Order: sequence, then C-alpha cells, then structure tokens
Amino acid sequence: MSEAKKPKKMAIIVHSGSLDKLYPVFMLSSTGAAMDVETHLFFTFWGLMALKKGGLDKAGLPGLMTIATGMMKGKIRDAKVPTLTELLKMCRQMGNVKIYACSTTMEIMGVRKEDLIPEVDDIVGAASFLNIALDADVQLFI
Amino acid sequence: MSADVELDAKGLRCPMPIMKATKAIKEMKPGQTLRVQATDPGSKRDFEGWARNGGHALLSVEEANGVYTYTIKKG
Repeated sequence: MSEAKKPKKMAIIVHSGSLDKLYPVFMLSSTGAAMDVETHLFFTFWGLMALKKGGLDKAGLPGLMTIATGMMKGKIRDAKVPTLTELLKMCRQMGNVKIYACSTTMEIMGVRKEDLIPEVDDIVGAASFLNIALDADVQLFI
Repeated sequence: MSADVELDAKGLRCPMPIMKATKAIKEMKPGQTLRVQATDPGSKRDFEGWARNGGHALLSVEEANGVYTYTIKKG
C-alpha cells in the first residue's frame, strides 16, 4: 500500500433495521475496512433501532417474512457467515468504520445515548453526514 | 515455491476470506508473499480487486477440486 494514496471513502445511510438490509451494510463495511476504505455509517429511523443494545441480535426479516427469521438465521449460520454482531466487531477491529446515530431519530423515537451500543462514535445531524458524503467515493442508502 | 505466510480460508464465505487475508497481510513486510486457500467461488474476483486496491501483486491464481489458491506479494 503506497503511503501517498488517499484512502477511498464510503458513506452509507442505514435506514432499514431488518436483517436482510443490515447484512449488506455490514458485509460492505467489513469488506470496505479490509480494502482500506474509510467507511461512515449514518443510522436513521429503523436503522437506528438496530444500534440499541441487543438491537442487532433482535433484527429480523421484514413484514410477513418475520416468521421465517429463525430459518434464515439458521441458513446464515450453516453457510458459516458471521452474525451481524460479529461483523460489527470485525469492523471495529479494523478501525476505519465510523458509526453515527441520527439525533433527530433519537428524539422522535425517545432513544437516549445510554440506550445505544458503545460502538457508536457520535450523535450527529444531516449536515454532518452530508459533509462526509459530499466527499465520498461511494454513497449508498440502505 | 513456498510462501512466507499460509492462510487457510477454506469453507469460509464472503467477506471472511478477505478479512482474514487483510489481517494476515498487515502483519507482513512488503515483498513477502501470502498464500490463501479458499473455496468461496466469489473469492476469485474479490481477491483480484482487493489486491489491486491494496497495491499488492496477485502473483498467481490456481484452482483444483474447488479450492482456489491465491499467491499475493505484499506491496
């Protein structure tokens, strides 16, 4: 890795709190971290609920598919794919994945800072995310 | 030719082979070689992109009986 190379940047708005959407978020983040991509995750609405303590373990499939959540988790385990919590841990170990909680969602949903997992780096608003996203090479809304 | 570091990622799915390779290569010195064995068919394109992005050289890719062997030189 040449020192002169500026790291690439990825910004993701994590709006969904369901298992099937959180997987791509954490797959891309962990892989991005491994590829020296500085990754910024902005959790809002249902996504923010996943940042509550135990939230990632509770995430299930959306709507009518909820009943199939256990089966899906079994398939994920059988395929030797890490859990969301394990992927989050790997992201943190890599050190270049930042996690932000949306302050307005917290207000609306009555979520306090102490309700959130300690991996949250900061509580921010839309302007902070835009500042990062405007300068990012990849921007996604999941 | 033997590699400086060997990594067995067989049976693991995306993104684990790449994650483990990253961890391994961080501990290595530039010029050293890493050999990774994986069974995830997606890993072929993944290792090509990962090596290119990280400035490493993918020296060889071999496939035999569903096992992919990648030899990477740290850049």
